Amino acid sequence: METLTFSVNGKEISVEIEPDEMLAGVLRDRLGLIGTKIACGEGECGACTVLVDGVSYTSCIFPAMKAQGRRVLTVDGLSDGVTLHPIQEAFVEETAAQCGYCTPGFIMSTKALLDENLHPSHEEIMTGVSGNLCRCTGYYQIVRAVESAARKLDSEARP
Amino acid sequence: MWDKYLFATSVQHALQLLVEHRGQARIIAGGTDLVLQSQRGERPSRVMVDITRIPGMNFISVWDGYLHIGPLVTHHAVTASPLVQEKAPLLAAACRAVGGPQIRHAGTLVGNVVNAQPAADGAIALVALDAEAEVTRRTGSTWVSVLLLFRGVGVCAADPCQEIVTALRFRPMRASDGWGFQRLARRRALSLPIVVTAAAVSLEGSRISTARIAVGPVAQTPLRPTAAESYLAGRSATLDALAEAARLTAETAQPRDSVLRGSREYRTAMVDVLVRRALSQACRLE
Repeated sequence: METLTFSVNGKEISVEIEPDEMLAGVLRDRLGLIGTKIACGEGECGACTVLVDGVSYTSCIFPAMKAQGRRVLTVDGLSDGVTLHPIQEAFVEETAAQCGYCTPGFIMSTKALLDENLHPSHEEIMTGVSGNLCRCTGYYQIVRAVESAARKLDSEARP
Repeated sequence: MWDKYLFATSVQHALQLLVEHRGQARIIAGGTDLVLQSQRGERPSRVMVDITRIPGMNFISVWDGYLHIGPLVTHHAVTASPLVQEKAPLLAAACRAVGGPQIRHAGTLVGNVVNAQPAADGAIALVALDAEAEVTRRTGSTWVSVLLLFRGVGVCAADPCQEIVTALRFRPMRASDGWGFQRLARRRALSLPIVVTAAAVSLEGSRISTARIAVGPVAQTPLRPTAAESYLAGRSATLDALAEAARLTAETAQPRDSVLRGSREYRTAMVDVLVRRALSQACRLE
């Protein structure tokens, strides 16, 4: 076993893991943070997307040891538990979730996109979430949710 | 899958760990291919040597007449680099096509090369750019042509038990050079290519002085269709000439029937189409 010490959603955590565990499994099974979903398990659908030091990765193929000393943000850490994050709000308002399984991944990819570019063009949104697959919605509502989230975050940013 | 996950602090340290573990250790950078292979029991390894915390391996710089790219440069970093966009837009286009943002954040261009798949977008562009790889072992380094690193599907000439690729280099493209990158895949993202082709053309007005073309996956390794390239050298860039070069390329392509990628006939036909498009793009004849 190895000791993994890292920051998860703002909290310093130390956890014993096997050296070949993936980050998604550690988050879900060892830390009880089940917001992150494992769908394909091969890094091909984006459902497991988390941010490590602000950068999006598919956590199902991200060796947990790589997170040593890093800051991880999961969907579980987006809201304060009472008020939804504007991105989550936008996804709810735009009915961008049906079964909801892909949704945490889309939300985290959206966070990564908007953190870097608060005014993405349509093309940039499509590229920004191109690492996430949805089988239910047809993507239209998801793109509208990203646009709405951008407007919400933009008006929050303005004084 | 593995028993130990170690972080190398330097290239020498990584090489030492490889040698110490006598074939039981393997280098991991982004791991986007390697983790999947490990899960499937391919490329088994008891020890992973993670090189991503070695300082100074992230470089993209021009010196000595070459554009140099370090082993930790991700596909994302390649596409985002103003230097690559200016001096090697062909490579930026190729790296942009890989996976999706999450994969591009993790996977490295060098990893793409050493994984030795003839379908690899980044590697195809590097082959068209006559890129070389610096293969480093404990006793020193040598530059080897990227094309020659491909020994077979998934087989890289660099010995994974005692060698690490520590850089890539190629001559920067000139402003007058044309380039084309064409890719056929089931989806616009998160899809390996059915056919991918890169073309780098040096033009004098409307005359092609040299053309470099790379295509995959149509053989065990990336294909440089030398007959097509010779045909184009010194020739006027007309649609007919480009069509003939595409035809010559398709003649040398040897794809097999594939459940994933289609029949031999279809794939060969698509090589013709895509090479023609890539050359038209490069010669600005679209």
